[in-house]
Amino acid sequence: MVITKEHIWKILEEVPDPEIPVLSVLDLGIVRDVKFLDNEGIEVIITPTYSGCPAMDMIAVNIKSVLQEKGIHPVRVTSVLHPAWTTEWMTEEGRRKLKDYGIAPPVKGSFDKGALFASERTVECPQCNSSDTRMVSQFGSTPCKALYQCNSCKEPFDYFKCH
Amino acid sequence: MQLEYTLQIADNALILGHRLSEWCGHGPILEQDIAITNIALDLIGQARSLYQYAAEVEGKGRTEDDLAYLRIGTQFRNTLLVEQPKGNFGTTIVRQFLFDAFHFAFYQELCNSKDETLAAVAKKSLKEVTYHLRFSSEWVIRLGDGTAESHEKMQTALNDLWAYTGELFKASDADQWALENGIGVDLEVVKKFWEEKVSEILKMATLEQPADGWMQTGGKQGRHTEHLGYILAEMQYLQRAYPGQEW
Repeated sequence: MVITKEHIWKILEEVPDPEIPVLSVLDLGIVRDVKFLDNEGIEVIITPTYSGCPAMDMIAVNIKSVLQEKGIHPVRVTSVLHPAWTTEWMTEEGRRKLKDYGIAPPVKGSFDKGALFASERTVECPQCNSSDTRMVSQFGSTPCKALYQCNSCKEPFDYFKCH
Repeated sequence: MQLEYTLQIADNALILGHRLSEWCGHGPILEQDIAITNIALDLIGQARSLYQYAAEVEGKGRTEDDLAYLRIGTQFRNTLLVEQPKGNFGTTIVRQFLFDAFHFAFYQELCNSKDETLAAVAKKSLKEVTYHLRFSSEWVIRLGDGTAESHEKMQTALNDLWAYTGELFKASDADQWALENGIGVDLEVVKKFWEEKVSEILKMATLEQPADGWMQTGGKQGRHTEHLGYILAEMQYLQRAYPGQEW
């Protein structure tokens, strides 16, 4: 069988994010490109989400092992910093999966640095969809999340913050 | 000079990141413990990207780990502010705020660097530092304009740390070289932002901005306060005691 880029992309759909396993690396939008190398190997180009994200090393290992299980090797995973990853690259499918998992997806129209002191964007509660929520802390259980609480159903929840 | 310049940026991030990690498990409340260690993680991540690049620029086979763990104090190029002890929570917040305001403006300018890697690191880091600056600004206001005790502690920390702020804007040879070659930033531009931001927030926090007096310098040239030695003793212990150990 001739392996095409489409096959590789299809396989990459099965590689989960180690911290939020309902999301694949494709849902997150961190895979930038797939290339066939002259020496028969392939190169997967990814971009880190956050500078200090401890999951990045794990993601590279997972990409390699999943592809190798399907008989595709050697695999090289290269990390590029530019252009910088943004939550805008998360797919619609990814946003839906996040919400089902109980994490509020990043509010669209995303990051603007002018918002240093701007009032908080409205984040909908992933449990009851109320927009009456409040931020408890800008920093949550992982670098990508903030901690919120819903004033309607009182449930605390994670919010995947805009980057 | 390019190596020197990259190390200046990287060392600030690593040393402050390490300083913040000292709060891990000791934060006043859980949310702040998590916030501070999150910021530490961002900074150490930025340091990694920069050390990887510094190692590449140097081209002598050293790695990011060699640069972090096997240099001695006089080879570190961080500013004196970031190596100051964590003190109480207020001291940590003031130190963080004074640096964040600088860091934000610095990265904002560095995004325009002709050096593509530094510009890419800056673009990524700027998003992270925006959250840092917002966090530390809010806490400066909350504690400065809080109780009589929190106000006093914040004012004391501010007075104590002020003498380390001048160095942030005093160009080293590497800063000068980088600016002339379109790689670095104009520290005068950074200073302007910093002064506006700091005065705005201190006012909201009802804190008195100290007068500019004698400014302590030397970090960018490797002349550090004695605190750096203790940081390195702890941070580098493992690689010194068990050379070449890996996870």
